[in-house]
Amino acid sequence: MTISRRSFLKTTMTASAALAAPAISTRYAFGSEDPIKVGSLLDQSGAIASSGVTMVTAMQQGIAEINAAGGLLGRPLKLFQYDTQSNIQLYSQYAQQLALKDRVDVVHGGITSASREAIRPTFDRFRVLYFYNVLYEGGVCDRDTFCTGTTPAQTVEKLVPYAMKKSGKKAYILAADYNYGQITAKWMTKYMRDNGGEVLSVDFFPLDVTNFGPTISKIQAAKPDLILSALVGGNHVSFYRQWEAAGMKDQIPIASTTFGLVNEPSTVDAKVSEGIYGCYGYFEELETPESKDFVDKLKKRWPQIPYISELTAATYEGLYLWAEGVKKAGSIDRMKVIEALESGISFKGPSGEVKLDPDTHHTIRNAYLAQVHDRKWNVLETFKAVPPSDTASVCNLIKNPRDNQQYVIDIKA
Amino acid sequence: MSASVKLSLQVVAILVACVAVAVMPVAVDLFQLMQFTLFASMAVLALSLGFIWGFGGILCFGQTAFFGLGAYAYAVAAINFGDSTPAILLAIIVPALFALALGYFVFYGRISDVYLGVITLTVTLILFNVFNSMAGDAYKIGTARLGGFNGMPAVPTFNMPFDPSSVLFPEQSWYVTGGALIAIYIGLRLILRSPFGRVAIAVRENETRASLLGYDPRAIKLGVFVLGGAIAGFGGALYVNWGAFVGPTIFSLSLSAEIIIWICIGGLGTLIGPIVGCFIIEYLISQIGSQQSFNSNLVLGAILIVFVLLLPKGLVPTIRLLLEGAGRLATKGRGQAPNAAPDLSAGQPVGAE
Amino acid sequence: MDLVAILGLNVVNGAASLFLLCLGLAIIFGMMRIINLAHGEFVMLGAYAAVIAANAGVNIFVAMLIVAPLFVGLVGIVVERCLIQFLYGRLVDSMLATWGLSLLIIGLVTTIFGNTMQGVPTPLGGFAIGAYRTSYYTLFLLAVAIAMLALVYGVLRYTRFGLIARAVMQNPEMAAVLGVNPARVYMATFALGAAVTGLAGGVLAPVSGITPVMGGAYVAKAFITVVGGGAAIISGTVSASGLFGFVNQLGAYFTTPVYGEVILFVSAIILIRLLPQGISGRFFKGTV
Repeated sequence: MTISRRSFLKTTMTASAALAAPAISTRYAFGSEDPIKVGSLLDQSGAIASSGVTMVTAMQQGIAEINAAGGLLGRPLKLFQYDTQSNIQLYSQYAQQLALKDRVDVVHGGITSASREAIRPTFDRFRVLYFYNVLYEGGVCDRDTFCTGTTPAQTVEKLVPYAMKKSGKKAYILAADYNYGQITAKWMTKYMRDNGGEVLSVDFFPLDVTNFGPTISKIQAAKPDLILSALVGGNHVSFYRQWEAAGMKDQIPIASTTFGLVNEPSTVDAKVSEGIYGCYGYFEELETPESKDFVDKLKKRWPQIPYISELTAATYEGLYLWAEGVKKAGSIDRMKVIEALESGISFKGPSGEVKLDPDTHHTIRNAYLAQVHDRKWNVLETFKAVPPSDTASVCNLIKNPRDNQQYVIDIKA
Repeated sequence: MSASVKLSLQVVAILVACVAVAVMPVAVDLFQLMQFTLFASMAVLALSLGFIWGFGGILCFGQTAFFGLGAYAYAVAAINFGDSTPAILLAIIVPALFALALGYFVFYGRISDVYLGVITLTVTLILFNVFNSMAGDAYKIGTARLGGFNGMPAVPTFNMPFDPSSVLFPEQSWYVTGGALIAIYIGLRLILRSPFGRVAIAVRENETRASLLGYDPRAIKLGVFVLGGAIAGFGGALYVNWGAFVGPTIFSLSLSAEIIIWICIGGLGTLIGPIVGCFIIEYLISQIGSQQSFNSNLVLGAILIVFVLLLPKGLVPTIRLLLEGAGRLATKGRGQAPNAAPDLSAGQPVGAE
Repeated sequence: MDLVAILGLNVVNGAASLFLLCLGLAIIFGMMRIINLAHGEFVMLGAYAAVIAANAGVNIFVAMLIVAPLFVGLVGIVVERCLIQFLYGRLVDSMLATWGLSLLIIGLVTTIFGNTMQGVPTPLGGFAIGAYRTSYYTLFLLAVAIAMLALVYGVLRYTRFGLIARAVMQNPEMAAVLGVNPARVYMATFALGAAVTGLAGGVLAPVSGITPVMGGAYVAKAFITVVGGGAAIISGTVSASGLFGFVNQLGAYFTTPVYGEVILFVSAIILIRLLPQGISGRFFKGTV
């Protein structure tokens, strides 16, 4: 009884949303010279601003370039950027504002997974196309949403075996105590075991922990060959500093899925960051012409910009992927753009060729493995066109177009 | 002002508010309506603290604990039952029981003023830590995953009582939220006129004297506290109904501080003040994020400081004083000069002196 | 044996850091009944001052121990003159104003320096206890904490300023009658509290991540510790930070840091329930 009730509830909810949609678009009067409206929700103040501010520059740069080249479909783009102030409630508020008041044609944004999950239902409900341009734990399966950042199968899978090869078979995992850290720790464990290694312990840390003394003692007692870190945020940078201060830096190497995403290598002392391994979809140090051009343009326009990481590059590429979709569709109608994006759109951006995977709405993109040397990332290996195989194991939007949830991928370690 | 004039003014104000709620969906667009729905749900929270602090003399730094528990209770129940009716009831009962336990612990331990504030703040921080870390698959209640830091997305919103098939439209949600706010306001006004309310105020004014008159201040305070917890919990359910989402940041220090700010700005010791303060501050915060020239923290911080220095009593009491002053020039001059001596007149309860 | 030694060191280190972080707040709250919610931002300013001075070529120890407290002490004077002096006796208004102040400082620092900051290397090196390694800096923090304890105790207990300050806190009218200017004493006390907090920020800078929002991690914990300690500044803060540092660090070692924090908070609640006047209200009555 309950089950049939609930499914009935679901269908009526979808139906009511469908009824609401035409009402919205009829109220929307547009002429061809009207700008196409691009919404953006990123944190420019508060704890997550260190990531958000450079992403905003990528957004502004991309919009300016597209407008300089004549806009899309002969119409200019207009950016609606709101500062979400590292506050989830403001994400929901501004999402409603973008969907209902500004009536934007697409939204790019969200940084933490929590922010994405708070606004995704709003965009589903009010039928606004949504791009999430940040690396995350994987599993989002929603026809209205495109995720252009890397997922663990694209980076952790490469990082763990490489770091094991350089160190040994016993790892100690440190991760931030929330969904990203917990899921990433599971992937790390899986790839350790797949490669014949062993995980001695997995420790989680709330985001406001600053004293890692007890943890460093625990690690020393466990005697691992390798530290795998998914620590997040300014407070957790303390770990690397206290680790170095205890003189452990030269004894046990560190590989991280998060270190360097903001600009850690240049804010901590060279001794602290030296030799840390990382694997991302983009590094500022990449020598390709597209990458150099991108870095030059941003640094010229914003000389203060700290570091251009995957977050910034994926934001820029996400905007261009959407623009390619609009061009191919010849329309800004949401469904037409989605169908165009599902036809195998690709864009050659700073990180190389980025291709949208129609099944998962994620990207097939290059991954780069690098090591910090003298405060810079030294790119050691390039993996071409890595598919998002983690999300692909649970999600097929071509077969199930009505799906709209984030799966927790069952990781068989 | 004579009591009858005051009463009739209040009745008029309530009638105006009812009319405003009724015509709002016609007057503003959908986005603004949803924004007002949010503000009204948070105003319920403001009202709950305004009541226990302004009339019960209980300075609770962690009112958001009950708000958050109500929100989580609603979300878990709504996902499990698929019907919002029992979920709303649970969102009131669970925080009320929690307030009963916590209140028994503190009031019967004779803990008062700033120590009470610290205990409630600490409880909120514990809840924040605990809910933050419940991200694994193991943390499930029935079919509802608590989701840790990411929170619980896509929570079913309100439906008609006992009829899960008819989900409320945004307009109907507004009627429910705005209506609930007015109903709670009237309810609290009536309670304050009842014997219980009068005793509560007496306890606030002088605990010893009240107990010498034969009342048990602990029981009275506990009653006020539980009522406040229940109202805050209901506010939590309204909040989830607005955003279809709840996450542990609902227990964060910044929201706890925000509630206190609403009340200080609106005016402590009034019921309308917290509502006014909540609407103003929440509106300001959302406006600040739309501008790109100044850092948002900078603007909000400057506004708060200016408020404290220029309007130490809060908006509503200041306006009331100005009105009264205009009527009677002979009123005692309570200057607005910032360095005027702190005036702890009878109507102004003090948290922790 | 090594394990016991290193655990002991961790506990002492945790307690010493907590003590350093709380002392400034305890001075301001204990003597003036002002809850300074911008306390975390004073820590942040101290860290920034130390880092900027060190990066400009100042010796790191001079930057941490002299530049940071001087700078934050000056900030304290400005804040007291422009804001706090209007709020004495208004506990809640002071919370509201200092919350605004904390946002303002975060906003200012972000606007000037951006969201991240080049840190300084941790001075001194590491040493081994059996199979464990730790840094000399841990010992340095402990030494600073003990020195601060002695210094503040000496100032409050044995100097004329300390005597006058305690007199003003007890009865400002009487002190004024006796020829003391309470306004000046309040200002000096606030500046002292701010300077001590700045010093804490300075010495924690080499082992922390430096961001404009770093203060948020400290304010609640410091506040709870100070109230748990009770009215006596030194004995209360020492006993409370010792107790909380102990349970937090041991909890973090034997379970996880999450439960380490939860255990700290739970023990704070139990403490306040058992001793509603704080530790010092029960055991160290009449001390400073």
